[in-house]
Amino acid sequence: MLQHFGKYLLFMSSLFSRTESPKILFNRTIDEAMLIGINSIFIVAIVSTFIGAVTCVQVAYNLNNAFIPRSTIGFMVREMTILELAPTITSIVLAGKVGSSIAGGLGTMQITEQVDALEVMGINSASYLVLPKLIAALLVFPLLVILAMFLSIGGGYVAGTVTDALTAQEYITGIRGDFVPYNITFALIKSFVFAFLISSISSFRGYYTSGGALEVGAASTTAVTNSVIAVLIADFVCAQLLL
Amino acid sequence: MIEIHNIHKSFNDKKVLDGISGVFETGKTNLLLGASGTGKSVLLKCIVGLIKPDLGSVTFDGTYFTNNKLDIRQEIRRKIGMLFQSSALFDSMTVEENVMFPLKMLAKMPKDERMDRVNFCLKRVGLENANKKMPSELSGGMKKRVGIARAIAPDCTYLFCDEPNSGLDPLTALKIDGLIKEITEEYNITTIVVTHDMNSVIEIGDKIMFLYEGKKLWEGTRDNILDSDVPELNEFIFANRLMRDAKKVEEEESGSN
Repeated sequence: MLQHFGKYLLFMSSLFSRTESPKILFNRTIDEAMLIGINSIFIVAIVSTFIGAVTCVQVAYNLNNAFIPRSTIGFMVREMTILELAPTITSIVLAGKVGSSIAGGLGTMQITEQVDALEVMGINSASYLVLPKLIAALLVFPLLVILAMFLSIGGGYVAGTVTDALTAQEYITGIRGDFVPYNITFALIKSFVFAFLISSISSFRGYYTSGGALEVGAASTTAVTNSVIAVLIADFVCAQLLL
Repeated sequence: MIEIHNIHKSFNDKKVLDGISGVFETGKTNLLLGASGTGKSVLLKCIVGLIKPDLGSVTFDGTYFTNNKLDIRQEIRRKIGMLFQSSALFDSMTVEENVMFPLKMLAKMPKDERMDRVNFCLKRVGLENANKKMPSELSGGMKKRVGIARAIAPDCTYLFCDEPNSGLDPLTALKIDGLIKEITEEYNITTIVVTHDMNSVIEIGDKIMFLYEGKKLWEGTRDNILDSDVPELNEFIFANRLMRDAKKVEEEESGSN
């Protein structure tokens, strides 16, 4: 365990030595951002919309009390979405999608000697391949989390009004009441932390793959498992430290 | 010219290379010959710096490489072209982008010049019309050709080929061998080829180093390899019936004379 952590730290430090020119880094980062961002919009949209919808329906079910205003449902959907569901669930979904893709891609490059080909050319393969993924994830994850926030709250609105759990006016009153702007900051800080953990852990697992196709599959699985565990631990630490 | 001196390498407790020294000459196709698992590819990777030897040194044209400063090693690496066993083409890039990649990364030349160089290299390996193809659309032989074009694109001084014939039919293998030899002589570069193919030995083996269980057992040329008195080498060469028959004919002819 400690040996792995030490290797991970050395790997991370190697990303910042012998980096490519800013122009190459910029172009590679844009390519990676497109891959991570555009390809993830659909799954993030589906997951967040339904999570918002389900949250609304379940909160409505539990708040079946004449003394509690119905607008509280909208308030709770907003708070749960911003504080936890949008950043954490989106990141867990991305750990599965982006993390496995990063680990699988790098693992395949490793076993087919493409990484060696870069090294022979005198290119720092870790920096060339991984640093753009890391920067792209740091840029794109917060945007996806913001998108997830909007869609989740929108999903709650649709589910609440369609099922007659509350009126549109009650829901809007609820999501506008007692708004704390810091919660958005907190969610974005978490999304940065999760982006870093998922992209770096997946890259680390993929980069050190050796063997054949079986090992690439194993690296992808390990990358996802490790990333999800790291996200959940980081979620708790962030909540303790920042709230 | 590449010189290696007393190269040792072990993985865990297994000794893979045991004090190998030798000289690889410029303008010649130097072969590292041996059965599978004798350390040929590991030696090649030690020479290019992909694996760090436990002991020993590598010198490129008089410049010490193995443990030298990073910028000096980088400078030497930029003169190295390498053809990998699996071709190692970047599968997200077209043939053209693969060949252009080292020029883009290493050489400071205008875009038009880069494109001309790519087209020249692809033409040199006989792949004029493959620019826009993806590696997945290429045959094994074509992949090797693209690998060679990518290796020579930045005007390399040293060419390394790790089992260039693996997975190819005998005719395509001969063509790839011929191409490697032609390029070596045409550009007067130092070429090292890892092989266990006796056809390659006969076709392009200007200088041959035979490895057995991590040790250098024999060194010579294709002209005198059939007369070697090293039992392990003879066992390797004459494992093939065709080679045994050829030896028999040669002995009969020399006996009748």
